[in-house]
Amino acid sequence: MHQVKNGDISVEEFTAKTMERIHQVDDSIHAFLHVNSDAIEQARSIDKKIKSGEKVGDCFGMPISIKDNICIKDTKTTCASKMLHDFVAPYDATVISRLKQQDAIFVGKVNLDEFAMGLTTEFSAYGPTRNPWNIDYVPGGSSGGSAASVSAFECVASLGSDTGGSVRNPASFCGVVGFKPTYGLISRFGLISYANSIEQIGPITRTVKDTAFMLNIISGHDSNDDTTIDNPQDYLSGIDAGIEGKKIGIIQEMVGEGIDPVVLSATKNAIAKLEGLGATCEEVHLEMVKYSVAAYYTITATEAGSNLARYDNLLYGYDFPVEGYEFNSYISKARTKFGPEVTRRMILGGFVPSAGHAGRYFLKALKVKQKLTREIEQLFKKYDYLIAPTVPVLPFKFGEKINDPIALFLVDINTVTANLTGKPAISVPFEMSNGLPIGVQIIANSNKDKSVLQAAYALESTVKLPEVPI
Amino acid sequence: MTKIGLEIHSQLTNLDSKLFCPCRANYREYEPNANICPICMGLPGSLPRLNKKAVEKATLIALALNCSTPEKIAFFRKNYFYPDLPKNFQITQLNIYGNTSVGGPGHIIIGGKKIRITRVQLEEDPGRLIYEGNSSKNQITLVDYNRAGTPLVEIVTEPDFENPKQVRDFLNILSNLLENLGVSDPSLDGAMRADANVSIEGGNKVEIKNIGSFHDLEKAVHFEITRQESLHSRNIPIPQETRHWDDKRKITVSARSKEEELDYRYFLEGDIPWVRMEKDMLNKLKKEMPESISSKKERYVSKYGIPAQVADVLSSDKFYSDLFEESYNEKNAKEIANIITTDLMGLVDTREKRELSKFTSAHLRDLADAIQTGKITRNSAKNALPEIVKTGKDLSRIIAELDLGNMSDESELSKIVDEVISEESEAVKQAKSNPQTVNYLVGKVMQKTKGKADPKITLNLLKKKLE
Ligand SMILES: [Zn+2]
Repeated sequence: MHQVKNGDISVEEFTAKTMERIHQVDDSIHAFLHVNSDAIEQARSIDKKIKSGEKVGDCFGMPISIKDNICIKDTKTTCASKMLHDFVAPYDATVISRLKQQDAIFVGKVNLDEFAMGLTTEFSAYGPTRNPWNIDYVPGGSSGGSAASVSAFECVASLGSDTGGSVRNPASFCGVVGFKPTYGLISRFGLISYANSIEQIGPITRTVKDTAFMLNIISGHDSNDDTTIDNPQDYLSGIDAGIEGKKIGIIQEMVGEGIDPVVLSATKNAIAKLEGLGATCEEVHLEMVKYSVAAYYTITATEAGSNLARYDNLLYGYDFPVEGYEFNSYISKARTKFGPEVTRRMILGGFVPSAGHAGRYFLKALKVKQKLTREIEQLFKKYDYLIAPTVPVLPFKFGEKINDPIALFLVDINTVTANLTGKPAISVPFEMSNGLPIGVQIIANSNKDKSVLQAAYALESTVKLPEVPI
Repeated sequence: MTKIGLEIHSQLTNLDSKLFCPCRANYREYEPNANICPICMGLPGSLPRLNKKAVEKATLIALALNCSTPEKIAFFRKNYFYPDLPKNFQITQLNIYGNTSVGGPGHIIIGGKKIRITRVQLEEDPGRLIYEGNSSKNQITLVDYNRAGTPLVEIVTEPDFENPKQVRDFLNILSNLLENLGVSDPSLDGAMRADANVSIEGGNKVEIKNIGSFHDLEKAVHFEITRQESLHSRNIPIPQETRHWDDKRKITVSARSKEEELDYRYFLEGDIPWVRMEKDMLNKLKKEMPESISSKKERYVSKYGIPAQVADVLSSDKFYSDLFEESYNEKNAKEIANIITTDLMGLVDTREKRELSKFTSAHLRDLADAIQTGKITRNSAKNALPEIVKTGKDLSRIIAELDLGNMSDESELSKIVDEVISEESEAVKQAKSNPQTVNYLVGKVMQKTKGKADPKITLNLLKKKLE
């Protein structure tokens, strides 16, 4: 990118190189579901703009990959589901139109767990993505394609979505930066909803600065999304402010039982580094964390059951003739295209909020969410940041945990809190273990997104990771 | 005792756009599926954008029904599968976290009886299904989404009605009220729909769904009471159930039990943040609230001396009262009220007639003037009206074209009076003994002059000649 900015190479040349890289490595990691065949053409038109002295956007020529649950006009948007196999989005998501205005180039749509439900990208209907650090390992999920594509130099940045860790988890597993902003900071217009009350689009980049750069473009109030907040910031300026004098709480419930000793020691090292930079770190408790995963699954299943109800294939979807069916039998037939994990959550989503059971499940989950929020806000009265490993276990191999619910519980437990409470959280790659990266997570109070980036930048400056082997 | 409760659905037909998207709220003039967008079609990635104007109009209704307004309102999802529902859930309101609908408990007095309002809520209307083909084999269902997402207000009453008559009175007053508030045009097809619940002494509550008009609502309630009473008189228990109104056969039929068991899995619509009902907004609405029908009527009677019955007709129809308000002054108020409620009414009593009518308040003012200054007679005014409604021409032109000018030339009138006296010897005799019957002779003069004779001069002439 530096060379492009200096004019040493053209946008077209740089884009061609990126496309070549994708062709080279994507056979083995399968981050992409569709590659943009017009990318070179778009690069040429940006070069033309530059030559003719026209004003070009801040992202000129920047190759970006987009999770395939975010709409790009006239482009297939499948959510990695057979259910939306032929769905072509008729509009741009707000994040897409903002990037387009800045002359970004979308190199393609990347893989995810079907409808963003999963932690490993194994639930994609189009086959899993592999971890660029070791292709026998999962890249994390659900934004596995996003994290892998950034990690493998198939693009400079990617947009993912984070419902319960879906940006931070794969960022941690793939050794890149993943950020889940304050709820409402980034417009969700054009993001295909899974659990709309807690999810956010988030950037995945190689550096914290790139994340700040992306945020400057994509964040901010949007009249197409009533839940967006208006808090204009320059996330790049003062990113090197440091963390001297800041108070950091170490969430004990996230470094306790089940944590991999290697991850624990990496977290301790990170804490030592932060203290070295002038912060003070203390152990804190967040009692409600132990109920957070159960509450998370109850709430997400309920919202997913409603959000995905529209996929009846009447208006779009896949090739399946409507005629000759009675409505109810048609609906059941049409919806058999959902994969196993989506089906499981649909069934759960039909049960937990239902009249006879809501009191025991859904309403309880909402109570947990409320209490957890109150508890964490209490902590933020005293602490600037909370810290924990992004995932308390190391990246694992394919098939290793997919059928082990307790193991998967551990994969979720450190990330869902930020979603349930609406707080900003970032995963920063910190150490390597056996050639696989470990990420550290920093959480702050609502609207402290800039502050999170400053802390992440400080921590990042103490790290030097090896080159990705692929 | 018979208990009847109502759920009235009224479209906010006077809004520009739908409840959550920029499509037109007036969907009626479009080809099927031409008034749609990604939001009202629920396309993947679309999000609702709350139409604040709709919240204001619904609040206006709540205020007019003396409802409390909450500090904040919230929206909920009602989840069920139906082909007219693009998202397979409907965005509506619910009071599970206290009152978060636009209107809380309220009341309205109808003929001295207090009807309690449970709540007023704002929600989106689904699309429309059109069935084609006659046998079940070749029947097809067509879906038109033009209506999907249009704003609908639901007004729920307590079971305070005791008979269909009270229901009818309430519906009349309610539809006048909605029209008077300028929020809805009740005469539009499908603008008003209703559900009702009916129970008689000793029976269970029966819900009647899908009543497509106010007219049918009264019929449905009447049918249901009769049905329940007939069961009861034969000692057959009345089960608690949901019934549908069959508008072709005009009867209620039992819904399949499956429908009764529907579980809507209500929960908060996270895409629409809670809306604070700002004091400023409420005050502004209260200030802008049009004068109520009853206070209008009261004013017409006390200020202009218009008879109560006339004032009633005038005030309860916004079309008439608007005409009145635009044209009256201190002197002509009574005359104008009279013209509207006797002669004009039959010419503009339906929506179609009103749309075609070229009649304006200026015409009304001219007419009253012409009558009061004796330019034309009341009779001639009546004859001029159809022509004005049809053509919209100036009154003066119509008087000239139809030759309606007042006959006040005494010598000319005198001739006609003489003619009548010689033709009506019997009546003349009577009039001499009983002056009251002279009006018959005035009528005869009118007949001969096609209503143009000045009644005062005619009467004086007659009296003189009969002495
Ligand atoms: Zn629309």
